[in-house]
Amino acid sequence: MWIELQDIHKHYGSVKANNGVNLKIAPGRIHGILGENGAGKSTLMKILAGFSQKTQGSILIDGQGVNYRDPAHAAELGIGMLYQDPLDFQLLSVLDNFMLGQTRGVSQHKKAFRKQFIELAGSFNFALHPDTPLKILTIGERQQLELLRLLALGIQALILDEPTTGISSTQKNTLFDSLKKLAAAGKSVILVSHKLEDVEALCDEVTVLRQGQVTGDMVQPFDSNRLLQMMFGAPPVPPGRSAATPGSDVLVMRSVSGSGGRTGLKNCDVVIRQGEIVGLAGLEGSGQGVFLRVAGGLQPVSVGSIQLAGHTMDNRDHHSFKRRGVTFMPASRLEEGLITGMSITEHFALQQNHNRFMVKWQEARNLAAARIANFRIKGTPDSPVDALSGGNQQRLLLSFLPANPVLLLLENPTRGLDVESVIWVWQHLQAYCRRMTSIVFSSSELDEILMVADRVLVFFNGRIIKDVESARTDVHELGMAIAGKV
Amino acid sequence: MKSYILEFRQLLLTLAAVFAFTSLVMLIAGAPPFAAYYHIIKGSLGSWNKFSHVIKAWIPLTLCGCGLLFTFRIGLWNIGVEGQVMMGAVFTTALLRFGVESNATVAFLGISLLAGMLGGAIWALIAGFLKTRGGVNEIFAGLGLNFVAQGIILWLIFGPWRRPGVASMSGTETFPVSLWMPLLEAQRLSPVALVTVMVALVISGLLLRYTRVGLNLKAIGGNPNAAYLFGLKPGRFMLLAMIFAGGFAGLAGSLQVSGVYHRLIPAISSNYGYLALLVVMLSNYNIWLVPPVAFFFACLNVGSIQLPMVLQLDSSLSGVIQGALVLATLGVHAWRQRWAEIGEREKNTGVKRD
Repeated sequence: MWIELQDIHKHYGSVKANNGVNLKIAPGRIHGILGENGAGKSTLMKILAGFSQKTQGSILIDGQGVNYRDPAHAAELGIGMLYQDPLDFQLLSVLDNFMLGQTRGVSQHKKAFRKQFIELAGSFNFALHPDTPLKILTIGERQQLELLRLLALGIQALILDEPTTGISSTQKNTLFDSLKKLAAAGKSVILVSHKLEDVEALCDEVTVLRQGQVTGDMVQPFDSNRLLQMMFGAPPVPPGRSAATPGSDVLVMRSVSGSGGRTGLKNCDVVIRQGEIVGLAGLEGSGQGVFLRVAGGLQPVSVGSIQLAGHTMDNRDHHSFKRRGVTFMPASRLEEGLITGMSITEHFALQQNHNRFMVKWQEARNLAAARIANFRIKGTPDSPVDALSGGNQQRLLLSFLPANPVLLLLENPTRGLDVESVIWVWQHLQAYCRRMTSIVFSSSELDEILMVADRVLVFFNGRIIKDVESARTDVHELGMAIAGKV
Repeated sequence: MKSYILEFRQLLLTLAAVFAFTSLVMLIAGAPPFAAYYHIIKGSLGSWNKFSHVIKAWIPLTLCGCGLLFTFRIGLWNIGVEGQVMMGAVFTTALLRFGVESNATVAFLGISLLAGMLGGAIWALIAGFLKTRGGVNEIFAGLGLNFVAQGIILWLIFGPWRRPGVASMSGTETFPVSLWMPLLEAQRLSPVALVTVMVALVISGLLLRYTRVGLNLKAIGGNPNAAYLFGLKPGRFMLLAMIFAGGFAGLAGSLQVSGVYHRLIPAISSNYGYLALLVVMLSNYNIWLVPPVAFFFACLNVGSIQLPMVLQLDSSLSGVIQGALVLATLGVHAWRQRWAEIGEREKNTGVKRD
């Protein structure tokens, strides 16, 4: 299917998210849309998928002008999109989610769908069981499910918005193999990403967006430096590891087990010291999330004990941990981190002293304006947080971090951020470590972990199977450990 | 300012929908709609006496509305507001019964307001604890407690508090005039009740807009998980919101006893609690729209009492009109979402023309 976008404009008030974009997508090819956060990639793709309406411009499919108003209509035309946060139903099972939008009439033909699902999942090597409740799946698995559902709907052109954020490298390889298979079968695949290596590894052709406009196209073989220039103007410099020497023990876990997630956390013995950056590696959902939640008092310890700077914290709630200087930042921004319907100013007002009776609105507004400038968030103090793009929501969450925490627990802190932002965030976080804050973070990017972490803990099936200084290991060794081979 | 105009426009559209729907119902019932509206207006605003009846309905509606703003803000459906009104009335009656023999009647009247708030708050807290500790949905808990409260009132009227000689549906023995809230002679309205409503509106407005309480309730209502990470305890604030809702509802019930009926009657709450839920939803949870919307509902309520007498309509018709009102309100509530989307689209096309 040929898709052509002509002179697409999308305006949100005075903000021009897309400003005259032209794009041609050919069948049987993987087309990359590259650009930093807020470049207008997601906006453009949401228009193509019928999720939002363009302000101006036209869309041609196989040379015919089309005008659709919603994603269902787009799906009928054969265009489907896999969103950054999968749009699925937490309370239903995998199979129920798969069937959504496919069933017609009264009877459900559950058996036929089950068979179709198993065949389809098998053909892509997705390890999904139809009866698993959705809420225990990882983001990577939810994405696989969504992909299968779209294919079953008969999608001819598939849009993927940042599909590799928050998934493990194994899941990424599986995903890339399936995308290649789809392109070989004549489908158009559009990959939206800010990750150069993903685009280079997968795409036949790339279009780069910057500030809502197309800055260039390139076909294989790609020239990384030129692509970076199209994205940013000038190529950024990565930060090194922090040079601080670790101090005394901050967090001590003694044979701690906890439930939650798919695997739980089993028999975990760890010491985190002052000023240390510890990266948690492993397949998505191998226990890193539970570890961070147990360390922050958000999930109870079933066996074992936790000490925080010498204080025993067993059976204390998160607020006790918080009072001792522990801050937890969740991966799911809109589910756990931010409050839908509230503005940026209101979020800062919420962080004012809790014992105060009156809200100091002016103070909150000033703080919001200052942090927006400081963290380069695209928005105003009055913007509702749900109107911000994913990357900007992430920056906002980072801007909430207190000034002098003892321990920062960050779940995928750079999820959805482009290279430049990732570097900027880590420069910011490393300043914390110089003030002897300890940081424990999970990430699905081994490169990121090796770039900034002093120490790596590798999780496999709920256990820490490797605890190593990052200077003494490499991608290959960690990759083996992630797969369970020590 | 612009958003207020928008809100007001939506409100007018809502009222138009209500009129269309009720007209349809009346036409089906064979009643002349315009004559009926005329008599509703005449019956509610036609004389000072009738207007004072409207105000008497407006007071409990607005008070309950104030309380419901707190529970709606934290995302709780406090259906139990009806029972909270009743328990406010019961506690007030209980206290005033001690005052019958006393000389310090003014003190008793003052404390009776507090007793009413206490009664409503306790009743609301039961639903609140069932929700936060037991995981019982506040809608079911509230509904159940409403029936219990009604049962308690009937038991009191026919049992321990029955009139000497005859127990009847007309309620308990009327209190001596010294235990009535002071009334304006001509209108038989209690200025204390009016002042109470004004104070309630101002306090609620300030609390919701300028204090941590209002902000925290909104945060927890928006996302309890995130609010917890921000250091708030959702359960505690749910109880606090219930206390506010129950307190205001109890106050309404208290004034029904001391300022209107001067005794406990079976229908002491007059469904004002349920009606207040609709008032608040129709006001789009905006406190400054609650008084006018409550006034509108009060007019309808009082005005339609006249219909059977003047138009020889069956008396059940006023019930049908109120039912139609409820449906129209809920329908409009659903369309509000749709309007918001249309508004968004209008804005986009507006940019296009520039």
